[in-house]
Parts: sequence; C-alpha cells; structure tokens
Amino acid sequence: MGAIYRREMGAFFTSGLAYVFLTVFTLLSGIFFFFGVIGSATSNMSSMFSSMFIIVLFLIPILTMKLMSEEKKNRTDQGLLTAPIGLWSIVLGKYFAALTLFVIAESVVFIYSIFIAVYGEVQWASLLGNYFAMLFLGAAFIAVGIFVSSLTENQMASAVASMLTLFVLYLFDSLASNIENETIQKAMLSLSFYSRYIEFTQGVFNLSSVVFFISAAFIFNFFTVRVLDKRRWS
Amino acid sequence: MIEVKNLVKRYGDKKAVNDISFTVEKGEILGFLGPNGAGKSTTMNMLTGYISSTSGSIKINGVDILEDPIKAKSNIGYLPEIPPLYVDMTVDGYLNFMYDLKKCKLSRKKHLEEICNLCKISHVRGRLIRNLSKGYKQRVGLAQALINNPPVLILDEPTVGLDPNQIIEIRTLIKKLGKNHTVILSSHILPEIQAVCDRIIIINKGVVAANGTAHEIAESITNQHKMTIRIEGKTHTKADKDEIVNAIKKIDGIKYVRADMEREKGIYDYDVETDGKTDIRRAINLMCRENDWNILMLQLSDLTLEDIFLKITVGDVVPEDAVSKPSPELDISVQDGELIAEEKLSLDKDKKGGEE
Repeated sequence: MGAIYRREMGAFFTSGLAYVFLTVFTLLSGIFFFFGVIGSATSNMSSMFSSMFIIVLFLIPILTMKLMSEEKKNRTDQGLLTAPIGLWSIVLGKYFAALTLFVIAESVVFIYSIFIAVYGEVQWASLLGNYFAMLFLGAAFIAVGIFVSSLTENQMASAVASMLTLFVLYLFDSLASNIENETIQKAMLSLSFYSRYIEFTQGVFNLSSVVFFISAAFIFNFFTVRVLDKRRWS
Repeated sequence: MIEVKNLVKRYGDKKAVNDISFTVEKGEILGFLGPNGAGKSTTMNMLTGYISSTSGSIKINGVDILEDPIKAKSNIGYLPEIPPLYVDMTVDGYLNFMYDLKKCKLSRKKHLEEICNLCKISHVRGRLIRNLSKGYKQRVGLAQALINNPPVLILDEPTVGLDPNQIIEIRTLIKKLGKNHTVILSSHILPEIQAVCDRIIIINKGVVAANGTAHEIAESITNQHKMTIRIEGKTHTKADKDEIVNAIKKIDGIKYVRADMEREKGIYDYDVETDGKTDIRRAINLMCRENDWNILMLQLSDLTLEDIFLKITVGDVVPEDAVSKPSPELDISVQDGELIAEEKLSLDKDKKGGEE
C-alpha cells in the first residue's frame, strides 16, 4: 500500500494535477471566504463551508478520474495485479493518496483563520467541526470517484460520470421532497449527503453522520475491489 | 517448479485455453510457440494471476495461485506483452516503485544496480520512461520482472519491437538468466524459440499441439531423414548417374533414392531418404572413396521447426483445403481506430452443416 500511495502522490505532483487542484480549491474557497465571511463581517466560516459542497462535488472527480482508468488503459494494472500484494492495498493506496491531497487543499482554511484572528476571534469549535465535516465528505466522495474510475478506461468519461453520480447524490433532497411514499422519502433523505453535511455547517456535530460518511467510503472502496476482482474472472 | 493441470479459460462460449497441462522443471527455459491468438498470452496471464482460470490448477513452486496468490506471485517475475510502465516516471523512480511494490528485502542500491547493469539501462536511469525508445522500454520491463530475484520468470514476447542487435542481446540475457531461473517465454518467432529454449510447447487453438525439444517434436511428426547429396562421378556422363544410384541403393537403411537435376556439368544431385534410424553419412563417404567419386555437397533436409510449426498449426491438408474451400467471408469493422476483420463464424458453420 505504501508503494502505491507514494507513487500516486508523486504522480499528482509530476502531472501538475495537484497544483491545478490546489489552486482551484484555494481560489474558489478564497472567493467564498471573502464574500461570505469577510464581506459579511463575521468570524464564522460556516457559510463558506456550505458553499464549498458543490465545489468539492466538481473538484473531487478531477482528482480521482485517472486513478483506476489510466492503469487499465496503459496496462499498468498488469504490473499491480501480478505483484505480491492484495487488491485492498492497491485501492487503499490510491484512495489515501487522493485523500491526502484533499486534506492539504482543505487545510487552507487554517490560513483564513489567521486573517480572522487579526480582526477578531476565531470560532475554533465551529471551524474544526466544519473542517472535519468536509474531510468526511471528501473521504466519501473520493471513494465514489475511484469506484467510477474503475469502471472505465477513459479518464474524461470517468470524471463526467463521477460528477453526475455525485450530483445525483446531491439532488437526493430535492428529489425526496417530490416523492409521496413516506418510506421511500425517508430512505432517500437518510442517504442524502447534502443534508448531513449542511447539518455540520449549522453547528451540529452528528456522530451518525460521521459513521454514514465513513461507511460510504468503505462501501465504495469495497465496490472498487470487487470490480478489480471481477475483471479477472470475466 | 511450475505445474499446470487441465487449465481452461472460457470467454463466453469461446474457449481461449482448452485443457492445457504441462510442467516446467527448475532451471528450464520453456518456449511457448503458437500463432497469434492461440492462447499464449491468456495462459501466461493465468500463470501470473492476472486473470483467473475457468477451471484447472496452477502451482508455482508448490503454491496454488488461487489459494495463496500473494505467496505464489512473489515467486514470479512477469513481463507482459505490453510492459506495465508508468511513462510519467523516471526509470529509477519506476524501478524503486516496483522494488517497494514487490516488498524486496535485498539491498536496494546494490540490487537495482545489478539489474540495471544486466539489462544495460544504467545510463538511462535518470530519464523519463516516456522519452525512451521501444527497445529501452522493453528492457526496463525486463528489469522490472527481475526485481526481487524471482525463481520463475514469465516473459511474453520479450523481443517484439526490438532491432536485430537488441534481439540477440536479449536472447543472450535470457539464456544467462535461464541458469538461475525457471523461464517461460512466448514467441511466434521460430528461430528465437529454437535459439533460446530447452523445451518447446506448441499451442494452437487453445490446446497443446506438441511438447518436447525441437528434435523430439520433429521426430514425432516424421520418422524419416532426408538428405540431398551431390556426387561427382569419374566420367561426367549419364552412366555415372545410374552407377551412383545403384551404389547408394545398396547401402543399409536407405529407403528411397532418386537422381535429381544436373546441377553442374555431368554432376547430379541425389535425393536420399533413410528409415530414420541409420546414420548413412559415413557409409556414403566410404562408398565414394571406394569408387573414387567426390562428394561435393551433403545437405540434410530434416524438418525445420518452421516446417513443424506449419504442419501442426495449419495441418498437412491445407493446400487441398485451400483450393476446395472458398475464402471465408469477413466481418470488417473499425474499433478503437483499428481495422478488424473477423471471419463470419456462424455463417461458416451453417454452410458446413449444409454440406454434411
């Protein structure tokens, strides 16, 4: 797992993807920080975090699009799958590499907190709550992105399909409100990534939501492992 | 070292590999020979655990590849048809990655240095793989397979795309490796297999068509030896010819003799066939000495591997068959920018059914 993690981290930076990702993330969160936090003269960064949901939704597929698809296309998966390591090591190595880059990007909020500290008082409880909420959200989204990437050989297709998948997950709330059957509506709402995330930005640290995001990450990584395994049998 | 039993791989209805069994001993270089699409790569992919078999068992060093894949894979170095190279890495970065991936315990610096020297890539270690020529990429692929000194090496068409000099180099390298490793090597190039391998398995349409040394395979197909001899008589006339034919006929073990064309003025070639057991070369020599004739040429025309290959993979009947059977109808389609021509199988079958 370590070898794959290090290779992917290296590849993020040599390919320039890491710089693009970090720049775009900083730029957009900076805009939301400027207008939502500085502009409204508040020291609470929650509004920035809630706006970032949709940004994360579109940025994470860029991070994960080539993780599995390129391996298959360039036949480098033959090197990985015939090496003496398990499928979980392959998937998790890639997963944690993407997650690390996401955490680096997200940690830019601590720079913003310096600006707040200059003019007022940082609301650490709210900031850390939001920070971890976004981390858990990213953890789940990255697993979804890697899973979609494992289904195709084309990284563009992988990116677009991941964005669509995440967008549908985002729309679960609005879709659910149009459904009359209460059980289905309840089921859909309980699977909503958005409402669970927004809850954090409103100051509620819900442990069940944490479990939800981590479970989602686990399940999608498990699906990826199954896809790799199934390919050998087909 | 490698034990393969009743290996089957099915893709839908099609059996890519159909009941292949063989064993490879330690320190042996085994050649897989077969036309394109015979099932060589599929077999190798199953041996290395890249794909799973539909049924049958594979044991590497006594470990079943499905029961304990990680342990079995740690005994294998694999160079697939397309080397699994990350083109965005340097050679050094890539080899270090493979070193970590294979959990190699040997001294990193020394081991990688040795491998690079062996594959002659020491001077390109700092370069991006993307910028290397095909030959160098192939060598990096081979270097990658050698990391961690696996007892079994599986090389899928290792010389494809190389220039003649490089081919000879890689062959010499494989021969050298064969002393300490068990090697399986696939190719559709006959001289290569003949030059490098101790034993040959010919695969055709997913089954083992022949298994043995080149010599053994040749013997199993034919039990005669043929040779062409050019003998100079004393008078340089047709009388010579008859005399020589009669003399050859008297030699033990001769089954058939025939005077061929007049190759030089008054000198003829003689086609001779033996029973396959007797070596008649000395007897011929003696005959010529006694009669004061001169042997100008003696050429064995045993089956070459090429003949064997054609015999096995195409079959003896092909010439007649090709005449009576119309050329197959083709389904031509474009896929991934490549032109693909496929025989219309179902149609063909229907026709055959009709004829029967």
